[in-house]
Amino acid sequence: MDNLTWIAVASIISAGICMGIGAVGPALGEGRAAAQALSSIAQQPDMTTTITRTLFVSLAMIESTAIYALVVAMIVLFANPFWSYMVSRVGG
Amino acid sequence: MEITPDAFIFWQHGIFKLNATIVVTWAIMALLVIASWLVTRKLSPAAEMSRWQNLLETVVELLRREIREASQQEAEQYLPLIGTLFLFIVTANILTIFPGYWPPTGSLSTTAALALCVLVAVPVYGIASQGLVGYLTQYVRPTPIMLPFNIIGEFSRTLALAVRLFGNIMSGTMIIAVLLAVTPFFFPVIMHVLGLLTGVIQAYIFAILAIVYIASATRTHQIAEEKNKEEQAHG
Repeated sequence: MDNLTWIAVASIISAGICMGIGAVGPALGEGRAAAQALSSIAQQPDMTTTITRTLFVSLAMIESTAIYALVVAMIVLFANPFWSYMVSRVGG
Repeated sequence: MEITPDAFIFWQHGIFKLNATIVVTWAIMALLVIASWLVTRKLSPAAEMSRWQNLLETVVELLRREIREASQQEAEQYLPLIGTLFLFIVTANILTIFPGYWPPTGSLSTTAALALCVLVAVPVYGIASQGLVGYLTQYVRPTPIMLPFNIIGEFSRTLALAVRLFGNIMSGTMIIAVLLAVTPFFFPVIMHVLGLLTGVIQAYIFAILAIVYIASATRTHQIAEEKNKEEQAHG
């Protein structure tokens, strides 16, 4: 295989691994946060609005770690600098 | 496939490029300014008011309450900055209901600029409230060993702020584009609704985090002062 194919293979595999491993931690964290919030609401229904608002904010913050993995995967797939470099060399 | 609206270039002269991000940002700024100007031309202090004035009053009141709750301080001094950030981001994200619109917040340059505003605003408000020395001593608290970590934290949270907003909005746009190619009609609509929700929540989070960072730079001094007063009262 030539260099371009190697870069394509490495990009696709690493994007998959990045997203797969990167989603595990945030998923566990979000599950814990949601479960805790639900049990808190069950204990104190009066505080539902405050708990829900805080839950949304913390969910979005936990999710941002998964988003970082997604950004890296997207860059590797769609805006890969090594790929463009090799293509420009092959083309030029 | 392009991942940011930076790639659409309308006009180019030398190194100056006019891409979709800048044009849409200007359009949103014009929309916000003109809409606010039109509404605030005919304000009425009475109970009867136009529905647009009612909307603006609700928004301002909501912002004030959130700032007061998050910072435990008077909202007036923070309202211009935080309100501008929130209104701009929320407008940019909500306008995605129009087809063919690229949200400028899906470009890393826009979100980095917004995060840099927060990075600059934190020391400005901090120095204004507790003086240069008071602000700088925060970096050596609790011990001087923490100095490098405090400085790194200052920059890493700015990076996180920018990448969080960019990643959320960009991924929303990308997922809709991918789904349109795979399963048209139904699922993209659901993801679009989810994208609107995410957009509003991200705008809220951006504003709340900005006020939390600013408050953390301005508040420690007041807490220490209160503690001193208490000690003097007891002692």
